[in-house]
Amino acid sequence: MRRVLSIIGSRLIQLIIMVLVLSFVTFLLMKITPGDPIRAILKVDDVASTTVDEEKLRKEYGFDEPILSQYSNWLLNVAQLDLGESVISKKPVFELISDRLPATVSLAIGGLIVLFIIAIPLGVIGAVYEDRWPDYISRFIAMIGASIPSFWLGLLLIYFFSLQLNLLPVMGKGSFVHYILPSVTLGIAMAPIYIRLLRERLISTLQSPYIEAAKARGLRKERVLFFHALRGSLIPLVTMFGLSIGSLLGGIMVIEILFSWPGMGDLIVQAVLQRDYPVIQGYILIIGILVVMTNLLVDLLYLLINPQIKQGKEVV
Amino acid sequence: MEVVLTKKTSRLFRNPTLIIGLFLCMIIATIIFAGSLISTHDPFEIDMGNRLQASSSTHWFGTDQLGRDVFSRIVYGAKITVGLGLFAIILSVLIGVPIGLVSGYVGGKIDAVFMRIIDGILSFPDVILAIAIAGILGPSLTNIIIAIILVRWIVYARVVRGLVLAEKEKEYVLVSKVSYSSTFKTIRMHLLPQVMPDIIVMAAIDVGKVILLISALSYIGLGAQPPIPEWGAMLNEGRAYFQVIPSLMIYPGLAIMLTVLGCNLLGDGLKNHFDIRKGREYM
Repeated sequence: MRRVLSIIGSRLIQLIIMVLVLSFVTFLLMKITPGDPIRAILKVDDVASTTVDEEKLRKEYGFDEPILSQYSNWLLNVAQLDLGESVISKKPVFELISDRLPATVSLAIGGLIVLFIIAIPLGVIGAVYEDRWPDYISRFIAMIGASIPSFWLGLLLIYFFSLQLNLLPVMGKGSFVHYILPSVTLGIAMAPIYIRLLRERLISTLQSPYIEAAKARGLRKERVLFFHALRGSLIPLVTMFGLSIGSLLGGIMVIEILFSWPGMGDLIVQAVLQRDYPVIQGYILIIGILVVMTNLLVDLLYLLINPQIKQGKEVV
Repeated sequence: MEVVLTKKTSRLFRNPTLIIGLFLCMIIATIIFAGSLISTHDPFEIDMGNRLQASSSTHWFGTDQLGRDVFSRIVYGAKITVGLGLFAIILSVLIGVPIGLVSGYVGGKIDAVFMRIIDGILSFPDVILAIAIAGILGPSLTNIIIAIILVRWIVYARVVRGLVLAEKEKEYVLVSKVSYSSTFKTIRMHLLPQVMPDIIVMAAIDVGKVILLISALSYIGLGAQPPIPEWGAMLNEGRAYFQVIPSLMIYPGLAIMLTVLGCNLLGDGLKNHFDIRKGREYM
């Protein structure tokens, strides 16, 4: 129990440091850059603007106060789950993001399912047939998967399955069929690193004494493989998931844009192009929290799977 | 010396991954350095009379929606996409490696502070940071490169620090220490050569990763802006015409894939060549 608390504690400290550093840096950068959000708003309204309008708006958004007090105001609001409101759509940032979050999470789950469907068989094949042709094929697929740009893979899939064969919808989010292409793209993009990791771990597990013992007891080969070796080799995959959650969230964004998926990726790209600072800042904050929370979950899951793991050691 | 060399070369040729990787990378290097000799047209020249042409003897990869020669644009784009990827990684190595060496070797307070910063930033996805910086500084290639370097140097620093921590208690380092070598000398003479193979392998694979990142961000409009023939930006520009002319989609994507494949094979091949232990994964 004490271990659990200390893990939660250290992750929370990490979260706080990360949020403070990131938010302060983004805050500072926004203040020193030439692009002016007030001018951007006035441009959107499309009326001739005067300096008086500009001053009024600047006051309204609190942009006339010193940077540090602007920053502390923002932090205070964040503590109350108030991320400010979008300067373009005038909606609260928290609402904008929480509206989009489910679509992104559901796509991530779809991608993870595809990932497991691809990675586990290929990893197992690679390990069982080490340095024989099924292994070479599995490694070749992993190598191609690691080299192909995900958005290009998505374009190819759209081209063949939607435009040429007319089998699947091109874009948007609706029924189950809409999930297929984006999930497959995401799954393939993420799979290579898991295939390699599973293969390597499985190879070393298969050589370990307890597997030899299981074999010596006369257990069937498949049983040893699937019930003993594979189970032990899945643990590193859980850690890998925690480490790669960041690139997963980044990868999803590109795929969302490609498939016009109404998730957070679409929101943030629009915000960037329109210099909607509160949305950008809120998004960064939410992603940061998601990343740390996932890692916390992975830590705890790790402890649950294998209580003997020394947590005192640096988790690489 | 000669004996060692032949031994090394023969080992090299028993490593097909490395050979293919080197081959691909050399082709790309040729395209970068001899671009103007290879390209058949001006990559920026607009020719509305010849738009959306399929591959032909004059336009090997066809033309785009503005009648520009796709082959010449891809050749020119190699300088941008691959050149910037290389630049970003070289700079990250130059910043990250010394810091990692010092932090790991000297240890103490410097190291503790450093690790705190690392943990904070490293857990944050580089794509998202790139977007944040693009959002703040405006979407452009330069800003993407800044964002990549900001994240990448930390990865190198961290890996190098870890390697140094493992090495510094070994006898040869201790010997150097007690024989009154300066800290700088110990690091340069003993630790740097130890971490070099890892850095080279990591950098080779990273160049591929960064190329994927640059082109992906350019594809969604946050990186290179038209008319720059960055490969991802080319795909973005031609998006509306893929159904008419699939070659507009095929070639730039293929260029990215083969380049990244070259980097990955080279990295993997070098990993075997340097005999770096299995299972060390670079994030």
